[in-house]
Amino acid sequence: MHAAATPFEFFTVSSLTRIGNQSAGTICEMLTGLQQCSDGSIFYHTFQTLGTHHFLTEGFSNDFAQWAHADVNREDLAEQLEALDIRDYVSIAALRNDLCRVLADYCKQQPAACKQSVLERFYFCESEDVTFPFRFTARTLGEFRQGVAHLSHASFYFHFISSRLRLQLQTNDFSHWLADGLGLKRLAEAVNRIDIYTNTLDSAHSQVLRLLDRERGAA
Amino acid sequence: MSEVAAANHLTSANGAASAARIPLDDYAALLGSAEIDELRLMAKPLHGRSVEMINSTAVGGGVAEILNRLVPLTEELNINIRWDVITGGDAFFRVTKAFHNALHGAPYHAEQKDFDVFLATNEQNLSRLPLDAEFVVIHDPQPAALIEGRKKNGNHWAWRCHIDLSHPNRGVWEFLEKFVMRYDAAMFSSPEFARALPIPQYLFYPAIDPLSEKNQDLDEKFVAEVLARYQIDPRRPLLTQISRFDRLKDPIGVIRAYRIVKRYFDCQLVLAGGGASDDPEGAVVLKETQEAAAGDPDIHILELPAWAPLEVNALQRASTIVIQKSLREGFGLTVSEALWKKKPVVATAVGGIPAQIIHKHTGLLAHSIEGTAYQIRFLLSHPEIAQKLGEQGHQHVKENFLITQKVKRYLTLLLAMAKPTG
Repeated sequence: MHAAATPFEFFTVSSLTRIGNQSAGTICEMLTGLQQCSDGSIFYHTFQTLGTHHFLTEGFSNDFAQWAHADVNREDLAEQLEALDIRDYVSIAALRNDLCRVLADYCKQQPAACKQSVLERFYFCESEDVTFPFRFTARTLGEFRQGVAHLSHASFYFHFISSRLRLQLQTNDFSHWLADGLGLKRLAEAVNRIDIYTNTLDSAHSQVLRLLDRERGAA
Repeated sequence: MSEVAAANHLTSANGAASAARIPLDDYAALLGSAEIDELRLMAKPLHGRSVEMINSTAVGGGVAEILNRLVPLTEELNINIRWDVITGGDAFFRVTKAFHNALHGAPYHAEQKDFDVFLATNEQNLSRLPLDAEFVVIHDPQPAALIEGRKKNGNHWAWRCHIDLSHPNRGVWEFLEKFVMRYDAAMFSSPEFARALPIPQYLFYPAIDPLSEKNQDLDEKFVAEVLARYQIDPRRPLLTQISRFDRLKDPIGVIRAYRIVKRYFDCQLVLAGGGASDDPEGAVVLKETQEAAAGDPDIHILELPAWAPLEVNALQRASTIVIQKSLREGFGLTVSEALWKKKPVVATAVGGIPAQIIHKHTGLLAHSIEGTAYQIRFLLSHPEIAQKLGEQGHQHVKENFLITQKVKRYLTLLLAMAKPTG
């Protein structure tokens, strides 16, 4: 069995949610908040919330969209915010730009509505992560499959979702290693195509394992 | 045996608060072994290190209930954890109850003698408690002034506030703030409760234990027996609010919402709750609630003992809809309890409740008596939506509000606090 020169190192992550000092009670204030909040806050309300709410596979995309939907009662704005797909972004700066653009456009179109007080304020938070290496690493597809099978939700989220920002590539840790370490480009692409919005962490995890099993069966 | 000692030996010394010790591995059946292995991995750097948790009551109320579970699980991770309870007389608990209501925003004019009672009791406890653990976690305002006893050995202190501080009485908060700002970190159940403090403030959710008597699966026969015992008709829709008899839980508002619903649906209402040893106001509110319900045989006001987990469990499981119509709320753990049982929940958007009820995903939020009644009627008319909300609510609790998640959050906090700064 082919062995990678660089092993895949499995990690897990645990996060504390730090409460920031910004909040928004109108759409205009949300725009200001998005312009001024930390990168960690944008990450928390987009990438991290997808992991925390992975079981909602219909109509939940990020905290900003949920606020526009439930607390601002502006479905048109919610829809635009919902449509921003974190897989398209390899930097927080680019994601922040697009979030601000959506809100700025909306404020231009609906200036009066954007100054109205909303039902519930939005509170900006950010996460403080502590990462832990697992004892196991993988050099072969078999070892990799074994490692992936034992991952917790947090660990799977760390490698499959939040990794995109670490890598600054439109891929995830698994696909990156499968392509670069083992040269399995087609498998890497198939893993990267798993939709994190319409899957739960459990169902995405199962799909990764199925793809790995299929590859091992074909080898 | 002193109260401190009693709290340290809850499982043997205090039958009322005792809970069977549940091994960590038992949670693997619900959560998967990977989640439990991960907890053990995280705890390794903390092996043998000491933690002291301090609160004001060993029995009744959500804090005691959480500590009763959190402490043994943390011990199992080879962390040297102890739980101490401060002692105080009637005057102290009258003052702290008034402080509690004032911090929730109720009108109150604190006098110097109230602060003196508070400080004197904290000082008495300073001489009784060790306070020498590497990590000291103080729960709620009652023992907040124990920070005066901080040793000069560089141990870490965190203040866990379980109550809604979004609109605190200024005088009481200014008094407490002087102590809180001397901690290394503060934890709140909702971002809305955070204050302008010079220390890091974290979001910390309370948690339920899925294997405790209050949340474990029950035999349907037992549920039927509980309904029969309280003369509740199992064939008609049942609306339930489980809460202490406390004005901030708005039991009379629940009765008014029920009366609106009753015009359209032949339903019943259960208001069930126990007292807590630090809540002298409960009897007065219970009487007011009984008076408001007088004459309606479909309203069942049940005064449960402080520790009646199986009855609470059965009532929640028998409910068609669970209500939590609080006016202010620290967190409202009864919402997570109901969601864990896959029950649709209608609750007010206060305190920590919106963290549990993601509107239209894991339950329905309301902002008034009429709104509460409307959402209840909507769910009674659309049982398929009610079922979906309950199922998604169950997943939400599994992911975010179980005791194992709470242990993980504490481990992360301890590791973060122990990390050298600068």
